[in-house]
Amino acid sequence: MNKLIEVKDLSKSFLINHEERESYAALRDVISKKAQKIFSFSGWKASKITKEEFWALRDINIDIYQGDRIGIIGRNGAGKSTLLKILSRITAPSKGTIKIKGRVASLLEVGTGFHPELTGRENIFLNGAILGMSRLEIKNHFDEIVSFAEIEKFLDTPVKRYSSGMYVRLAFAVAAHLEPEILIVDEVLAVGDAQFQKKCLGKMEEVSRNHGRTVLFVSHQMSAIETLTNKALYLQNGRLKNSGPTPEIINRYLHDYEETTEIKNYKQRSGNGKAKVVKLEVQKEGIRASAVKQGDFFNVIIGIECKENLPMDISFVLENIKEQSIYCTQLSDLQLPLQVEDYVEVEIPVPLSCLRSGDYLFSMAVFRPDKSEFYDTVLHFPLINIEGMRIIGSFPVDARWGDLYFPINWKVNPKL
Amino acid sequence: MNNKNEIENWDIIINAGSSEKHYWFDLWRFRELFYILSWRDIKVRYKQTVLGTLWSIIRPLLTTLIFTIVFSKIAKLENPSNAPYALMVFAGMLPWQFFSNALSESTNSLIGNANLITKVYFPRLIIPASSVITSLVDFLISFVILLGMMIYYQYVPSWHLVFLPIFILLVFFCAFGFGLYLTAVNVKYRDFRYIIPFIIQFGLYITPVGFSSEVIGDKWKLLYALNPMVGVIDGFRWCILGDEIHLNSFLFSVVVIIISMIAGIRYFRKMEKSFADNI
Repeated sequence: MNKLIEVKDLSKSFLINHEERESYAALRDVISKKAQKIFSFSGWKASKITKEEFWALRDINIDIYQGDRIGIIGRNGAGKSTLLKILSRITAPSKGTIKIKGRVASLLEVGTGFHPELTGRENIFLNGAILGMSRLEIKNHFDEIVSFAEIEKFLDTPVKRYSSGMYVRLAFAVAAHLEPEILIVDEVLAVGDAQFQKKCLGKMEEVSRNHGRTVLFVSHQMSAIETLTNKALYLQNGRLKNSGPTPEIINRYLHDYEETTEIKNYKQRSGNGKAKVVKLEVQKEGIRASAVKQGDFFNVIIGIECKENLPMDISFVLENIKEQSIYCTQLSDLQLPLQVEDYVEVEIPVPLSCLRSGDYLFSMAVFRPDKSEFYDTVLHFPLINIEGMRIIGSFPVDARWGDLYFPINWKVNPKL
Repeated sequence: MNNKNEIENWDIIINAGSSEKHYWFDLWRFRELFYILSWRDIKVRYKQTVLGTLWSIIRPLLTTLIFTIVFSKIAKLENPSNAPYALMVFAGMLPWQFFSNALSESTNSLIGNANLITKVYFPRLIIPASSVITSLVDFLISFVILLGMMIYYQYVPSWHLVFLPIFILLVFFCAFGFGLYLTAVNVKYRDFRYIIPFIIQFGLYITPVGFSSEVIGDKWKLLYALNPMVGVIDGFRWCILGDEIHLNSFLFSVVVIIISMIAGIRYFRKMEKSFADNI
C-alpha cells in the first residue's frame, strides 16, 4: 500500500508563562522587567517569571496509507488539534519528523478568511484560494458550490448580510469541493443545522469513499467518527494511546471516558462520608449522555448512598468552565428535606436550554438540613458538553460570548 | 532504513528545528494566493471607504502644499531643481507616501491576518508582500496627480522617466525589507505597532521630502544616504524632474536597501515558524 504520511517521534511543547496573563508579550513589559532587574537591589527577585514547558504532543508515531479515513479522538486538551495543525504545517514540531506525499488541504475552521465586505461570489474565490484551490479549479466547481450552499439568490450580496446559516453553508460548500490527496478536518461539522450537517457528512463520505481520498477527521461526535472513518487514533494527554479499527477504538475511548467521569473515582471532594454520592450522570430522555445539543433540556441524576438513617438536603450548582456558578438550586427551596435510609436517587430537570456550546462543570453538596454536618461535597465535576454552534456570524463562539446563548430576531425599527 | 528511492518520493518533509527546503518553490506555488490576497486588500480598501480614493489624492496634495509654504516661503530654502518648488516636493512626496503607507500596512499585516495564520498553511511572506501592493495602488493614483500638476506648471518631464519602474521597485523593496522585520517583531511584542507612527513621522523629517538633498553639505551626503529613502527620493527627482543625482550616495542607499531586505527576510523566516503559536 502507498504510504502517504509518516510521523516519527513527533513532539510539540509550548512554554507557558505563569506570570503573564496575556497570551502575547508586550515590549513594554519586557523592557520594564529588564529595568527592574537592573535597578532592584534584591537582584532577581523583582522579576519572577516561571516558565513551564507543556508537552502538547509526545512521541507520536503514525503511518497513514492512501485511502485511510482516520478519526482522531480524545478529550479536550489531548492534543488532537495540535496534531492536525502540525500535519497541516501551521505550526512546527519541537521534535521529530513528518513526511507527506501529495497535496494537503486542511479545514480547521469553516470560512477561514471570509471577508464580510465581499460578496458571496468573491468569497468563494478568496476562500478557495486560501484552502489551496487554483482559480481554474474553483471556476470548474463554481456552480456546484453555489447550488450545494443554496445561496443562488445572494451570490452578489456581501456576506455580512448573510444569516449565520447561509454563511456556514457557503463556507462548507467551498471546503467540500476541495480535491486534495489528503484532507484534514477539525471539528467543523458542529456548525449549521442538523439537515445541513447531514448533507455535509454525506458529501465527505462520498469524497473519501468513492474517490479514495485520505481523510483525517477530528470530532467529539462519535457517531460522525463512526460513519466517516475506518481507523481511529486515540490521544490521551498528548500521547497516542491506541490506534486501530474505528469501532474498537471508540469503545475503548468511551470505556475510559466513563471510568474517568465516574463519580466514584472523582477526587475533588470532601465531607464526613456518612452519605456518599455514588451515581451522577446526565440523562436525556432517560438515556445517559455526556453531551447534548444546544437547546436541549437535560436531567441530572444523583444517587446517594448512606450507612445510617439520615436527614439530608442537597444543593446543586451548575458552573462554567472557569468554575463560576451559572445556576444554583437546593432541594429545600420548594420541598422538605429528605430522610434517607440506605439509597436515594434524585433527578434535577435542569431548566436551562440556552447554554452556550462548551463544557460545563458542577458542584454539589449533601448535608444535614441545619448545615451542622456536610456528608459529601463534590467540586467542579466535569458534567456535560453542550454541542452547538462554533461560529456565529464570523466569530468563533467561546467564553467571550458569555455562558448563555439564544438566537433571537433583532427587531429593526424603520425610521419614521 | 530509508533507501534513496523512498526519500525522493516524499513531497514534504518536516524536520523539527530545520527550515524548509522548498520554501521559495512553495512561494511560487502559492502565487495565486498572493494575487487574491492583494486583490482582497485593494477591493476592501476601496469598497469600505468611499473616501478611499479621494483620500489618497487629498493627503499628498495637502502635505505638498504645506511643505511648499513652510520650506520654500517661510524657511526660504533654496531650490536647486529646475522645477517649481511644489513639483519638487511632490516628486519626493510620492515615494515617501508609498514607503510610509507600505511600512505601516505591512507591519500590521500579520496581526490583521491572524485568523489565516492560525488556520491555514502558506508561506507567510505572502501576507506582508500583498499588503504592500495596496499601497502601490495608492501610489499609482497619486501619480496621476503628479501628471496633473505637471500640466498645470507646464513642466515637461525628462526622458529619464523611463527608468521610473526601477525606482518604484526600490521603494517597494525598501518598505518590504523593513516591513518584514517590523511585522515579525510585532507578532511577538504587540505594543510595537504604537512605535510605527512615530518612526514614520521621524522619518519624514530626516528624509528630503520637503526639501532637496542638495541642502545637505557634501561632507554629510554619504552619511545622510544611510537613510535609504534619501537615495530613492533623489532618484525619483532625477527621473521625473531631471535633477542632478549624487551617484555615490544613491548607490550607497541601494546597498542599504539590499542589506535591509536580506536581513528582513532572514529574520522573518527565522520567526515564521512560531507565528501560529504566538499570534
